[in-house]
Amino acid sequence: MSGRPVLAIGLGTLVFAALALVPFMVDGYGMSLAIAIANYTILATAWALFSGPTRYISLATVAFFGVGAYTVAVLGEVLPWSAVMLVAALNGCALALLVGLSTLRLAGVYFVIFTFGLTELIRQLVTWYEVKVTSTIGRYVFLDIDQRAIYWQLLGLAALLFLSGYLIGRSRLGFALRVIGGDETVARHVGIDTTRAKLLLFVLSALFMTLTGAIMAPRWTYIDPAIAFNPQVSFQTVIMALLGGVQRLWGPLLGVIPLTLLFDWLNARFPNHYLLILGIVFMLIVYLLPQGVAGALTRLRGLRGKKEQPAPVSMNEARQ
Amino acid sequence: MTALLEVSGLTKRFGGLVAVREAAFSVNRGEIMGLLGPNGSGKTTTMNLISGNLKPDTGAVKLEGRDIAGHRPHTIARGGIARTFQLVRVIGDMSARENVVAGFAFRQNPLWGFAAKAEAESLLARVGLGGRGGVLAAELTYVDQKRLELARALALSPRLLLLDEWLAGLNASELEGGIELVRSLADDGVTILMVEHVMAAVRRLCGRCVVMNAGAVIAAGETAAVMADPAVISAYLGDDDD
Repeated sequence: MSGRPVLAIGLGTLVFAALALVPFMVDGYGMSLAIAIANYTILATAWALFSGPTRYISLATVAFFGVGAYTVAVLGEVLPWSAVMLVAALNGCALALLVGLSTLRLAGVYFVIFTFGLTELIRQLVTWYEVKVTSTIGRYVFLDIDQRAIYWQLLGLAALLFLSGYLIGRSRLGFALRVIGGDETVARHVGIDTTRAKLLLFVLSALFMTLTGAIMAPRWTYIDPAIAFNPQVSFQTVIMALLGGVQRLWGPLLGVIPLTLLFDWLNARFPNHYLLILGIVFMLIVYLLPQGVAGALTRLRGLRGKKEQPAPVSMNEARQ
Repeated sequence: MTALLEVSGLTKRFGGLVAVREAAFSVNRGEIMGLLGPNGSGKTTTMNLISGNLKPDTGAVKLEGRDIAGHRPHTIARGGIARTFQLVRVIGDMSARENVVAGFAFRQNPLWGFAAKAEAESLLARVGLGGRGGVLAAELTYVDQKRLELARALALSPRLLLLDEWLAGLNASELEGGIELVRSLADDGVTILMVEHVMAAVRRLCGRCVVMNAGAVIAAGETAAVMADPAVISAYLGDDDD
């Protein structure tokens, strides 16, 4: 959060401009990896935007992602692309408001379980609707949007996310969230409307997840509830964010890149044991790097100079 | 003198237990008032009801004539009531300065950025933490954390300051400094309601006291008179025929 804004934003712009050239330099496989990394970068960073400071572990990532994807599946051929995105954004915000208002009073494991249950509920509801009302289980997404367009859209969304995260981190809202994460009772007694602050960030975080789902939808050509609302996406997002570290905006990125590559390799080499290995990786991260790579880097630096230790945020942390 | 805070008919039940029963008292503008009573008499619950940490079942809490009973704590804090906690609460992974900025940033007339940082430093100096703004709150000693908590409360520029055993656990010389600090706040026009067990401090600071026992107010008035009240003595020491 320190540093000069002009420098940080300028540097960020340069990085994103360079990344925009990636499609001209890689083949199809490289492109699909780049999309996977961009996809999870947004999901994990958006997740950490809310869960980092508040320490509320949400497993609802794929609920928003899936809503975005389904909006495209239903409306993709009916409305122009920008209108589809707008509807997806509104759907995601509405769902996040609903979920936020009903769950943000819960803390610790109750919140975790509720968000997980919610995702399953939405998946079952969509399945039920598709079977009973539309009499199909899957939908086809035939849109003239190629890999490169998907990548550029994701990149643009990521740029917007990093800019928002950077500005929020320097704002009173970001500070309020850190106070809430530190001690919610104190937060209330210094005049922070904790429900409002949490809700705002939760909705913003969900908005980015929803748009990611919408952008990614054309990549599948066929989607059904099991694909769009696959809980594995939520888990992987949490693992990546925690591995990278959620105390800093760029933290999740440090988890996304190695794990996307690792998961891709595992999926290709050990398709049958993939989930088992995923679980082991998850446990190792929580035990070995409770503060993520970013936290470990900060601590390493702290051994040399004056130290600054962010509080640990880990999956097994249950508050109250 | 006029009343800044008027509490009447305040009642809070936890299941079958009545923690505060029909409590009524008022705090005058500019005074330091003590809230006394044996352990479990309902003092902290009363503080929590005033600050909005708990909602009363019935009763009124009027700040300058406006009923704030049952309002949410952040609106009460913005309305001019700040507090410290019986078990000290600071944000350990933030610097002392940031802890105080938290008090500035969300009040009625918020301060943010450089202004807030500068003001935070001067408040830290005032409570005896001058030049230590960069230290992590978790690394401060217990006593210094109490000072920090007070600075955070003062940052809200409260009209009423609730101190919940703020002097507890201080050694003799720290206590002396603490008493002087609280007195200087009152000299600056902050009205203070303090829960305190350190009787020497209560005698020196509080012009008036309210005494609670088993959730009810059993005495109120001038400190010396209240402390001589037989009902108060028996509440603390038990009755002769016990």
